[in-house]
Amino acid sequence: MSDNVARRGFLIGGLGGAALLAAGCTSNEPAASGPTSAAPAPAQASGGNDQPGTKVTIGFSAPAADHGWIAAIAKNAEATAKQYTDIDFKPVEPTNDINQQISAVETLIQAKVNALVILPNDGQQLNQVALQATEAGIPVVNLDRIFPDKLAYRTWVGGDNYGMGVAAGHYIGKQLKDKGVSNPVIVEIQGIATLPLTQDRSKGFADALKTYGFSVTAKQDAQFTVETGNEVATSLLQAHKKIDAMWNHDDDQGVGVLAAIKEASRNEFIMVGGAGSLNAMREIQSGNSVLKATVTYSPTMASSAIKLARLIAQGKGMSDLVENTVPQSITLASETITKENVEKYLALGFES
Amino acid sequence: MGEPTTKAVPALPSIRGVGEMRHLGLVGALALLVVVGLITRPDNFLTTSNLVSILSLAATIGVITVGATFVIIGGGIDLSVGAVMALASVWATTVATQSYGPVVMAICAILVGTGAGLVNGWLIAYGRLVPFIATLAMLVAARGLAQRMSDRKTQLIQADNSALVDLSTTRLLGIPLLVYIFALVVVLGWIVLNRTTFGRRTYAVGGNPEAARLAGIDVRRHTMLLYALSGLCCGIAAILIMARTTTGSSTHGDLYELDAIAAVIIGGTLLTGGRGTIVGSILGLLIFTLITNLFILNGLNTSDQLIAKGLIIVVAVLLQRRNLKERAP
Repeated sequence: MSDNVARRGFLIGGLGGAALLAAGCTSNEPAASGPTSAAPAPAQASGGNDQPGTKVTIGFSAPAADHGWIAAIAKNAEATAKQYTDIDFKPVEPTNDINQQISAVETLIQAKVNALVILPNDGQQLNQVALQATEAGIPVVNLDRIFPDKLAYRTWVGGDNYGMGVAAGHYIGKQLKDKGVSNPVIVEIQGIATLPLTQDRSKGFADALKTYGFSVTAKQDAQFTVETGNEVATSLLQAHKKIDAMWNHDDDQGVGVLAAIKEASRNEFIMVGGAGSLNAMREIQSGNSVLKATVTYSPTMASSAIKLARLIAQGKGMSDLVENTVPQSITLASETITKENVEKYLALGFES
Repeated sequence: MGEPTTKAVPALPSIRGVGEMRHLGLVGALALLVVVGLITRPDNFLTTSNLVSILSLAATIGVITVGATFVIIGGGIDLSVGAVMALASVWATTVATQSYGPVVMAICAILVGTGAGLVNGWLIAYGRLVPFIATLAMLVAARGLAQRMSDRKTQLIQADNSALVDLSTTRLLGIPLLVYIFALVVVLGWIVLNRTTFGRRTYAVGGNPEAARLAGIDVRRHTMLLYALSGLCCGIAAILIMARTTTGSSTHGDLYELDAIAAVIIGGTLLTGGRGTIVGSILGLLIFTLITNLFILNGLNTSDQLIAKGLIIVVAVLLQRRNLKERAP
């Protein structure tokens, strides 16, 4: 038996050792966060809107960041709020649970903030609580995922999913037309297929391609993660021995897609990404990658949402527009980043 | 101390017999899928590069499945495999770890995996927690720690450490190195399970822990080691996923626990423990991977793919139950 105890002692010692070693690997962990990418340089407002005004409290609620894009949303919102001395920024704990987000927004309502910026986990399911906020006299700036009920929010600002597909479709259509390819093999790697945003992107892509007389040969859905992008691309490359163009909806999953392309040593096609991450921009800039362009769906919209919330709470309008108040809805255009203009966008890119 | 164990599992040969039968069924199912592939995509399916890519796809989860087979034969369950793999991949790709080079990164992944497995095992064996609960807690906590460490970002492997990525891109006889690692883990797993005292004790502990204890096996210690082994496999799998995706990320390995458990069940291992084979698990996994591949080759919807997988699990288990009944005296 004593033999046994000794052996157990060895095991526990081993466990402690492993823990120590593992801790050693991460001891200077703060460095892991790397150079914190600076907040995108904001365009200066003309007409004195950036001058300090009435002090306002802005509440902020968004999903937990399980994805580079969402992480950039939270970071951009905070960075922009800090640029104004007249903003008291009140973010609530980010969560992916609908129930928790509802109660988080409720606490912000009770705290009587002057304006709310909400990126809901699901517009349908948070509609009710946004409505409560509006009824309590708090203007709601709805970020990206829209509340179905227009009474629930004061202003919506978000990206254009359909437009993203259109931008990708036009880029690919034009490139292939210029090369004189007929009957091109065009493949599409989607994000989560059940989301309306994915369906909008695919529709825009197909519609734009149609104007060139092209259509999508094959499409498969991944889950917006590196790993699923890699899995889907690996098999898709096997299914099509010769591809002319590929559109991948999301630059985060694109890291996995690119790894699969490299592993298969394929380079006969052009690839277009989506969202506009820094990684994708660096690949485009290098010039020797199959990734030739990416169409933006920029998380800078969070910075804009904070600015809009501030203006609304202070009762100001947008200085470049004629109206005295902020518009009801703002849809960002999806821009196409290529090697030629990538310099201009690097500052707005996000780490995936 | 090792001698009495053979007595504790007298039924072993006959179980093996049933195992062979089941393997025939699995091989039949695989053959059927291959025929479907040949008919639907004659020019793409049976090419070397497609077969290689199927094996590369199966490698990561295959390594995890080997560990899961041990745990399940030993009467437990490990729900934390995907999360532990994610944590190991993140820990190994932090800027700090990457500064030590690819070898340390690989060692780090293995230590993190094994460490998490030991914690699971200790909680279950000595803390008397139900395996389902202990590993569920690890699933949640490891995923959370991975998110915290990575700040929920995708951590790219730096250019200096590309030796790790070479595991996926370098080919020996036309096959990527990571497939050899997968094969090595399967062979070692088979040897340990079938040719060592450790393997026999695993069957004994899973089949009847009380009998195993009376036969002189230190059941608790053995249980703890089984989870450590599963953790070790997660660490190795983390190296493979880093090589394949060139990243470490807290999103890696999502729902791997379900895929691994499904592969083990299809392979004929009983969830109650005491019976099962590694070969069966790997065949079960290959069936799953082949289905995914066939669906994508044919441009079919992923939702239908999930339905097909669900049906296969049910059919496999029903067939096995019939087999067992027929074999029963």
